[in-house]
Amino acid sequence: MELTTIWFALIAILWIGYLVLEGFDFGVGILLPVLGRTERERRVVINTIGPVWDGNEVWLLVAGGATFAAFPEWYATLFSGFYLPLFLILVALIVRGVAFEFRGKRPEPSWRARWDAAIFVGSLVPAILWGTALANIVGGTPIDANREFTGNLFTLLNPYGLLGGLTTLALFVTHGATFLALKTTGDVRVRANRIAGRAGLVAAVLAIVFLAWTLQTRGDLPSALLSGAAALALVGALVANRLGREGWAFTGSAVTIGLAVAALFVALFPDVMPSTIDPAYSLTTTNAASTPYTLSIMTVVAVIFTPLVLLYQGWTYWVFRRRIGVHQIPPDEAGAGY
Amino acid sequence: MDALDLARWQFGITTVYHFLFVPLTIGLAFLVAGLQTAWVRTADERYLRLTKFYGELFLINFALGVVTGIVQEFQFGMNWSDYSRFVGDVFGPPLAIEGLLAFFLESTFLGLWIFGWDRLPRKLHLATIWIAATGTVLSAYFILAANAWMQNPVGYTLNSATHRAELTDFVAVLVNPLAVITFLHTIAAAFLTAGAFMAGVALWRLARHPDETADAFRAAARLGALTVLVAAVLVLLTGDQQAKVMTSVQPMKMAAAEALYQAEQPASFSVFTIGSLDGSRELFSVRIPDLLSFLATGTLDGRVLGINDLQATYQVQYGPGDYRPIIPVTYWTFRLMIGTGALAALAALWMLWALRRRSVRPSRWVVGTAVALPLLPLAANTLGWIFTEMGRQPWIVFGLMPTAAGVSPGTSSLEVLVTMVSFTLLYGGLAIVEVGLLARRIRAGLPEIEAPDAHGGADDAERPIAFAY
Repeated sequence: MELTTIWFALIAILWIGYLVLEGFDFGVGILLPVLGRTERERRVVINTIGPVWDGNEVWLLVAGGATFAAFPEWYATLFSGFYLPLFLILVALIVRGVAFEFRGKRPEPSWRARWDAAIFVGSLVPAILWGTALANIVGGTPIDANREFTGNLFTLLNPYGLLGGLTTLALFVTHGATFLALKTTGDVRVRANRIAGRAGLVAAVLAIVFLAWTLQTRGDLPSALLSGAAALALVGALVANRLGREGWAFTGSAVTIGLAVAALFVALFPDVMPSTIDPAYSLTTTNAASTPYTLSIMTVVAVIFTPLVLLYQGWTYWVFRRRIGVHQIPPDEAGAGY
Repeated sequence: MDALDLARWQFGITTVYHFLFVPLTIGLAFLVAGLQTAWVRTADERYLRLTKFYGELFLINFALGVVTGIVQEFQFGMNWSDYSRFVGDVFGPPLAIEGLLAFFLESTFLGLWIFGWDRLPRKLHLATIWIAATGTVLSAYFILAANAWMQNPVGYTLNSATHRAELTDFVAVLVNPLAVITFLHTIAAAFLTAGAFMAGVALWRLARHPDETADAFRAAARLGALTVLVAAVLVLLTGDQQAKVMTSVQPMKMAAAEALYQAEQPASFSVFTIGSLDGSRELFSVRIPDLLSFLATGTLDGRVLGINDLQATYQVQYGPGDYRPIIPVTYWTFRLMIGTGALAALAALWMLWALRRRSVRPSRWVVGTAVALPLLPLAANTLGWIFTEMGRQPWIVFGLMPTAAGVSPGTSSLEVLVTMVSFTLLYGGLAIVEVGLLARRIRAGLPEIEAPDAHGGADDAERPIAFAY
């Protein structure tokens, strides 16, 4: 296989990793006001992702850095072109990240309510915009002969892009709910289970329409098979959720997101940013790539360190595998000052 | 202002702001790890309480460092797309490797450290903070190697067909002499910053709240002040070496640091200079003989090239144009960097002397020192970066790409303006919140330590977790 293809696959894997992992903690953030009816319950909800959300977010930084290194033209066109959506995502991630750390540092309800709102909005905005961005990458955007994006914010807010945004939103809410059902006890667990069922149905409808639309425009057999498998996984997740098999339900929602994103990347290949002006202007894995020398160095580094990262990140999930309930939330003073 | 100026201001604002938190994160990670190690070794509860106290200040600071770092990863593509196209092959790999090697380590192991007090065996838990600290240093190395390449490009070739810089020797990029020395200088400065923070906070506690925790804070004050003094010596030595490397690879920057217009042999160091309005000659100055020769070349009578000589050389080499940075900016940031750093070291020295006595008198001088100590290194770090980046101008990659050629062609000045104003307001607001939280924590003093078996009766599954958001 060519190095450029390998790197296209690796970047797809980084995005899959990012969206599967941060997907559920976006979902948890969005569900915070719904599932956390008391202060203690809200703390239960937040603490399910407390030790892991930051590590999940690093997948995004590595995906961005790897795109810069392996496909500089893709990195340059994408982030200068999708300027305002990316800016909104960055602001959301800043506010959200700070909110997790700062929320518990003061006891006043108004202080905490403000950071709760920040967690909600900071999770909602990227959950929608990543889907919109991904849909527009795959669907194609106006890119001229100089590889510059010539549209604006509203070019991206087309029906297909918006449907992509709603699809990721519904999938992440479902994924967050199956995660919370798996990681909590008591009322929060019961409510999370109920919401996972409802959000999952909405997600199923949206995802099927969105993937069908994608296949109509850019599909091939492998991406169709992946889309079908994603739909099956979501059905499996819903069945498992109904049966109270929470581990399987969460696995199902994770696999759904992973396969759906994989389907998008397979449909995209070998382009990385198709142009709607002229297919000749499209950025591809070949014309956007770095040199073979750079790609081989990056390959060596990735082969050595990615398994290591997976190992210790997996270990973190093992260390914090226990469910959390309102009883385990320490009283405020101990919590805020350790 | 056009899109270029705005993009430069945005990069300056977001990067300077980000770097307020970075050195404190690096240095404090190690100091907190040291305190925790002392506790594990001696079982002295004072060290545990100090670990948790400074650990929490560290985390409040770390949160802002992380979130502002996300912007750094993407703004090359957003505002500097032509730069990104030109350098991606060389500049991208260190960035990607920084994420894979360092950011994952930092975030994962800090998560384990914050939430793992009761989940991990004591020594394993101690290891997590050391690993996270190692991550911060690794991160610094890769990002500084990337920056050093912009100052002194090595290990590349120019592809005339694609007009891109292409990597030919990755090891050369990593062992770029400027990268190595800048890394050492930056890490030394990070320890100076963190030591000053630790000492300043402890001194303030000793002066204002001389309670039963004074013993612990006296130890922290000593540790912090000693860290400052040792780090200051290292900052001085590495800075001296860095000046020599800089003189050989970026002579214009050294000349601009000195506002040295004509070549001199031997060259004197100017403590204070007023230049003519057009910046082409000096009107008045106070000088130390031979010092600049020594800084730049290592000998007392070395020849140091002046701005006007270099400008003439560059015009021959690169074509007509103005190759001078803004001299007053480089001149004053260089001096003030040294001045504020030195002042921090003096303050730490004076503080050690004042700590001989059993109790610290809450005089205006003591409280003033406590407040100034953490701020001085922050100023020095900022000035150092402004100097090194402004001193590279008009180049974004020295000798290869002018800054004006790197900006995103498709991004309007309105877009850059909107995002710049938004980031600035957001960052300003977060700074106020952060300072408020730090002050609140410092006023609260050392946390009480619960005995580990306080909940001994409860079932393990029902036991409250040691730390929760």
